[in-house]
Amino acid sequence: MGDILAMLFNTTVFAAAFRMATPLIFAALGGILSERSGVVNIALEGMMLTGSFTAMFVTYHTGMPWVGVLGAMAAGGLIGLLLAIFCVRYRANQVVTGTAINIFAGGLTVFLLRHFFQVAGTSPAVTVIPDITLPVLSKIPWLDRILGRQNPLVYLALVAVFVVHVVIYKTPWGLRLRAVGEHPQAADTVGINVFRMRYTAVILSGALAGLGGTYLSIAHLSRFSEGMTAGRGFIALAAVIFGKWTPLGALGACLFFGYGDALQMRLQDIGIPTQFMNMLPYVLTMVALAGFIGRAVGPKAAGQPYIKG
Amino acid sequence: MQSKAKAFPWQELLLPLVAVVLALLVGSAFILYVGENPLKAYGILFKESLGSIRNIATTLQRATPLMFTGLAVAFAFRAGLFNIGAEGQLYMGAFCAVWVGISFDLPRIIHLPLAILAAMVGGALWASIAGYLKAKLGVHEVINTIMLNFIALFLTDWLVTGPFHGGSWVPETVRIKPTAAFSRIYPPTRLTTAVYLAVAAAAVAYVILWKTKRGYELRAVGLNPHAAEYGGINVARNTLIAMAISGAFAGLAGAEQILGLHNRFIVRFSSDLGFMGIAVALLGKNHPAGVLIAAVLFGALQAGSAAMDRSTSVPRELITIIQALIIFFVAAEFLIRRMLRLKEDA
Repeated sequence: MGDILAMLFNTTVFAAAFRMATPLIFAALGGILSERSGVVNIALEGMMLTGSFTAMFVTYHTGMPWVGVLGAMAAGGLIGLLLAIFCVRYRANQVVTGTAINIFAGGLTVFLLRHFFQVAGTSPAVTVIPDITLPVLSKIPWLDRILGRQNPLVYLALVAVFVVHVVIYKTPWGLRLRAVGEHPQAADTVGINVFRMRYTAVILSGALAGLGGTYLSIAHLSRFSEGMTAGRGFIALAAVIFGKWTPLGALGACLFFGYGDALQMRLQDIGIPTQFMNMLPYVLTMVALAGFIGRAVGPKAAGQPYIKG
Repeated sequence: MQSKAKAFPWQELLLPLVAVVLALLVGSAFILYVGENPLKAYGILFKESLGSIRNIATTLQRATPLMFTGLAVAFAFRAGLFNIGAEGQLYMGAFCAVWVGISFDLPRIIHLPLAILAAMVGGALWASIAGYLKAKLGVHEVINTIMLNFIALFLTDWLVTGPFHGGSWVPETVRIKPTAAFSRIYPPTRLTTAVYLAVAAAAVAYVILWKTKRGYELRAVGLNPHAAEYGGINVARNTLIAMAISGAFAGLAGAEQILGLHNRFIVRFSSDLGFMGIAVALLGKNHPAGVLIAAVLFGALQAGSAAMDRSTSVPRELITIIQALIIFFVAAEFLIRRMLRLKEDA
């Protein structure tokens, strides 16, 4: 029993949980912005994958991983623009377009990988963003072993949660965003440009998801490999729902899912198959949606194209 | 009131056609980008998919699972449901098929139908989870079917690498008994009698939807659930039935993959067949006949892609890109209608 507790509550696992959660956090924040504006974002997976590829590609050519980060955000933003053009401008079904983007990103990244590197599967290795030691956190006992030394993107993800929280709840822009997602007609009558809000939110969503993808290819690993997001975009989507469309809630969900991920190998040792841990986020999301742990209800206008009257 | 003399629905045919042409045009930009001639690449694609009986057989083989997943998505669409979970239902169906195929010693006349039936039941039950949650608790089926896709993926991963592992170093089950396998039609291609089953399934879908009272109710719910409820139709029950039937079609795709193509369950064997079903259904205008045609088109693209990859420098992933582009353009009907200056319907 003591062994199991020691396994569940130890700083190495907690530190790993933060690392595993980082790509999810960025993508989930993107998902929140998009859904809050009224656009269902099934495309997070494709946006992340595009980000992973671009981060590797730009870093490969410049040797500067932070330029890779910017490239990944730009590429993710472009995918967001694509989603917005089809869903906001041309009123295409958001779920269908999102699915198309995921298939598109899966094909495009391998197409480019094979064109530029003549390899299928895995890219050459690139420079990674090195871990840093935070001056203050690394002095606090216990916490230092969890957050004292981590990748800068891990810290950036935590900062991003609070920034998005403040933007959504404490700024006029955030108020407009929520209005557009709940009741676009009403927002329109008070002079809010519904289309522009949705375009901005979906492009930002793509940039954030792309940033999440960055972590996978130039921080966690040092290369891009085919389909490397492996469903993380959907886990992020699950975290959006599980966190009830709030940044802090999603943070909690991502950390929880990341924790489950970090425990996988250890749980396998005591006879719990990794696949069961892999299923957990999806099962919990279904339970949350069914209302067994406080009904999860999304923005009212999510999924419906706005047609200006 | 519906008028008796319907004009030929040429717009219904024109829109998917324009979507395909646009997708091929954008695709040719990718071909030019890698320094090849689009006409040459598409020429090879065409020849390798439809240029001989043998190539056509390969095309039909690639099309068969897409016919089933396309029918699954289209059937649910008609009842107003978006079944994005065909992928998961396919896996559950496939697992049930492989289980029956491995575990029983039966004469062929019983074994094959039993394995097919098991796949249908597996797919139907898996889809019914989302159907039930929608019907009883009003939870939207899109998120639940996505979640169920992943749960099915990991569940079959575990079953096939754990309790049902074949014993080799490969993550797959042992082979099914020959009595449970579909027969090949045109060796050496892997086209099997499953293609007949797909055509029959399309006919069944058509009959259910347009020739039965149940189908009338399903479509009424699809068009307007509130009006249907008001008219005395039980929306919850029809939702559950529609999801179950849709899942059964997806399960048949799993049956084709196991009992026709692979003869064993290899983990994660489906290359997005369930998701491609969405594209096939959309392109086929959610009509069983349209689904069959769209599936053949997608099957042709896939069948020709390997040859195009070999004889040009165009990576075969071009086909994936084109398939995604087709979905974009079919989904953006509004865009195409505007381009062609067609009447916009609400």
